[in-house]
Amino acid sequence: MSERHKGRLKVYLGYAAGVGKTYRMLEEAQDLRRQGVDVAVGYFEPHGRKETIAMTAGLEFVPRRLITYNNATFEEMDTDAILRRRPAVALVDEFAHTNVPGSERLKRWQDVHALLDAGIDVIATMNVQHLESLNDQVWHVTGVRVRETVPDWVIDEADEVVFVDLTPRALRNRLERGVVYAPEKAQKAMDNFFTETNLSALREMAMRHTAHEVEEKLAAAPLAAIAEAALLPADGSQPCEEPKPQRKERVLVCLTGNPSSAVLIRRGKRVADYLQADCLAIHVSTPGEEDRDAIERHLNFARNLRIDTHVVEAVEIPRAITDFAREQRITQIFMGRSAPRPWYRRAETVVQMVVRHSREMQVTIVASRRR
Amino acid sequence: MAVRTDQRPDPEELLRRVQAGERRSRRGRLKVFLGYAPRVGKSFRMFDEGRRRKQRGQDVVVGALQSNLTADLECILANFEVIPPVVEHHAGQEWNVINLAAIFRRSPSTCLIDGLAFDNPPGSRNPHRWQDVEELLDRGIAVITAVNLQHIEEKQDAVERITGKRAANSIPEAFLLEAEEIEVVDAPTEALIGRAQDTSMPDPRQLAELRETALLLAADVVERQLQEYLDDHGVAVRWGAQERILVCLTPRSNAKAMLESGQRNALRFHGALLAAYVQDVRLTSADQERLNANLDLARLLGAEVHCLHNDDLVEAILDFAREQRVTQVFLGHTGRERRWWEARGPVDRLIDAAEDFDVRLFPHREDQ
Repeated sequence: MSERHKGRLKVYLGYAAGVGKTYRMLEEAQDLRRQGVDVAVGYFEPHGRKETIAMTAGLEFVPRRLITYNNATFEEMDTDAILRRRPAVALVDEFAHTNVPGSERLKRWQDVHALLDAGIDVIATMNVQHLESLNDQVWHVTGVRVRETVPDWVIDEADEVVFVDLTPRALRNRLERGVVYAPEKAQKAMDNFFTETNLSALREMAMRHTAHEVEEKLAAAPLAAIAEAALLPADGSQPCEEPKPQRKERVLVCLTGNPSSAVLIRRGKRVADYLQADCLAIHVSTPGEEDRDAIERHLNFARNLRIDTHVVEAVEIPRAITDFAREQRITQIFMGRSAPRPWYRRAETVVQMVVRHSREMQVTIVASRRR
Repeated sequence: MAVRTDQRPDPEELLRRVQAGERRSRRGRLKVFLGYAPRVGKSFRMFDEGRRRKQRGQDVVVGALQSNLTADLECILANFEVIPPVVEHHAGQEWNVINLAAIFRRSPSTCLIDGLAFDNPPGSRNPHRWQDVEELLDRGIAVITAVNLQHIEEKQDAVERITGKRAANSIPEAFLLEAEEIEVVDAPTEALIGRAQDTSMPDPRQLAELRETALLLAADVVERQLQEYLDDHGVAVRWGAQERILVCLTPRSNAKAMLESGQRNALRFHGALLAAYVQDVRLTSADQERLNANLDLARLLGAEVHCLHNDDLVEAILDFAREQRVTQVFLGHTGRERRWWEARGPVDRLIDAAEDFDVRLFPHREDQ
């Protein structure tokens, strides 16, 4: 998929620590080495796992870089050294990692892009909970708010995404045997994050997401008239006729300074992605508005997810939203819930007014999804 | 179909589960490796798992092999005890049948069975190999086995649509659901094409579609098993990994737009499409007809239609959505301006109360 990059990216996608992503990556590296391909380890996280460490035998490591921050020393991938070494294939563990402040790039996936741009193929590993679009769902299921995220487009652009499966039972057995973490940490993990239900739900998400990636790549390939062609004509008539080309959906997300905007952005983008729709975002800036910092943060967040963002100055928020939507031929508007109002304020809410003014569009009010 | 007032499954379902649980406690554990196409490496993964169990001191034997072994597999197999299948000849064909008697005598803790979908020759004790596997499990022997998507009976139509071919032998999907563990063997489609020498291999596009189908089948199995686990342990959850869309229908809804959109979303997300209406005896006959037409359309588009019995529309939808772990509710609205003296309408109340699902609003049709 990645036309921007010269190198090819392959991601081993797992659903939790210990399922065997790194092992599979190293297995492939050993295969490549036997075939005479020039492979080097760019970053490897051993976690003290014996079987995994054994798989690195004979592989060349590019030494890590030491970075001092707040009087502590951190080890990071040395991207420049890998670029100088120029292997044909570089292995990069923990794709979603955030670099320590003072590093050249914020995120490891950005380091990987530098390698790809230089024509180096990369094999990387990542867990599904680091996908930006699944962040709320993962939090809802596990109670853990994952901080290190990767925008979905980065994974969409990977040439290959391979799902590494292991059953939750087998994973919990590994934990019990102390293969994944030290015994004390393992017991804690099993009581908290690594419960049967959490693992099953994460696993299902990873399966569905990999299926989605496969489908996306299929749709991007020529002759992509699969899913739509299977649809029945809605009125039951003329089943032989060619299905009418569906008008392309365009999704508009209405941003504010409200903290729930992050959930809203992720949700709108996710729906847009699955519908293969365009995704736009608007913020209506009113005179004397507060929380500018939060608004700017949300706009940046949307831009990072490759959402086309717009700021419109207006006094009447609902009118500005529907005018913009009409002008942009939007088919679906995504909004957060209007703030609860005291009983004596009986006037219409922004949501109600947008709904009333946008008769030809669908309006989705996104739930806050508290736990 | 009436909505259950409590969250518990009906008694027959409970009985089935209790019986299944009892049977399971005596039975050997079943683990299935699921591949999406030949050469994806499922046999290798299966034997590798056997090897690791052996290393941990378990008593593992091989009960059935495929005839065309790769060098990798030959190498792993050298370390296993193999109980050779019985070779039978019928109508000029050679059949390899699992030697159940020999395995029972040997009584290992774990038995590896490759080629789960094989059939036995006419006149055998069991017509299918998967039934032989059931017997092993009933004797308390754990089984690790491997099967390809094209052999899952319920998926054979889908596979035929993709490849134009249909495998002669199959196993029922229910067999997979009974398995304690099902593991997907995923691999990039490109690797398979490089590996395949013969022309019978599906093309890259077909492989990708098979791969997607296998992943979604596994996700569905995980979803159902998770649901059973949660029910068994009395855990109420309000989330799901699967997108579930509920279209709420009234006589006045623009049912066509709502249902078509619902269907497209469900299809895209590989999720579920539900439709619900609230029972109302006060409807005029014209309205009842309109509602019936909407419900017919819902069924035609593949929605699971439910009738809700609750005078309070908002409560009815909230309860039902929670019970069904719905992620999006589609509602119609009049688009009429509310007057200041009017109470908040059901749409507003539902939006305020919706914690776990999005509410998508569709204007009613102009002519109604």
